[in-house]
Amino acid sequence: MTFEAVVFWAAAAIAVASTLLVITRSNAVHALLYLIVSFLAVAVMFFVLGAPLAAGLEVIIYAGAIVVLFVFVVMMFNLQAERPRPNAWTRLRTWAGPAALSAILLAEMVIVLARGGKHGLGPVAVPPRAVGSSLFGAYVLGVELAAMLLLAAVVGAAHLGSRKPASHHRLFEEPPS
Amino acid sequence: MSSVPYESVIVVAGVLFVLGLAGLLARRNLLFVLVSLEIMVNAAGLAFVAAGSRWGRPDGQVVFLFILAVAAAEVSVGLALLLQIRRHFKTLDSNAAGTMKG
Repeated sequence: MTFEAVVFWAAAAIAVASTLLVITRSNAVHALLYLIVSFLAVAVMFFVLGAPLAAGLEVIIYAGAIVVLFVFVVMMFNLQAERPRPNAWTRLRTWAGPAALSAILLAEMVIVLARGGKHGLGPVAVPPRAVGSSLFGAYVLGVELAAMLLLAAVVGAAHLGSRKPASHHRLFEEPPS
Repeated sequence: MSSVPYESVIVVAGVLFVLGLAGLLARRNLLFVLVSLEIMVNAAGLAFVAAGSRWGRPDGQVVFLFILAVAAAEVSVGLALLLQIRRHFKTLDSNAAGTMKG
């Protein structure tokens, strides 16, 4: 078993284990902590597969932006919390599991860096330059469609998230009494 | 492509996808439904990147970028809907929003 395979299978095991923990937690914040670990492990798998651009974007967009959105929404819900949970953040059990899994990923990264690899483990299969020239060459129509999709998502989220209107849909209308 | 076999990466992506599907079917909390959708989308992206790396083509990562944009759009609209449902039904149980009018 080569070094790349060991790194890959360790990251795959962490990804599967943390995903299993995500879908079984009852506390939303605990599940989101494990979700971050799952995304980081998938980023390590991208790195081993020779896709450093996808690995970086996985960390920035998924583990950064999307999970932050989830955390913000959970925080907004907790403003109207049914029951107070004092010291839930400071308990060791809350963050010991995600911290241990993240420590394994950190150890993998340190080992990879200590072996002198600068651009991924093996030869980079698909360099970011090729991805960029393909994205803005053959797939430029898709880029424009994605821009329109994101604009529609921004407008839709701003419209749905606004507090002012009474209802946006007949599902949310008050029943006639 | 390094020494990891392509088929095993696809198996890992399938396992992650099935875990997301199980969470989607098992959980009643709408927040966890959205999280499970993210897991499934992420597993599909892993399969695309693995295929692109298998044949040494940039198309896999390009499609992964599109998946990223779609996931971001989906989660932003989904969470806004979640806020509306929470505000109206005072709960996140998907059974509460399961009845239709008309």
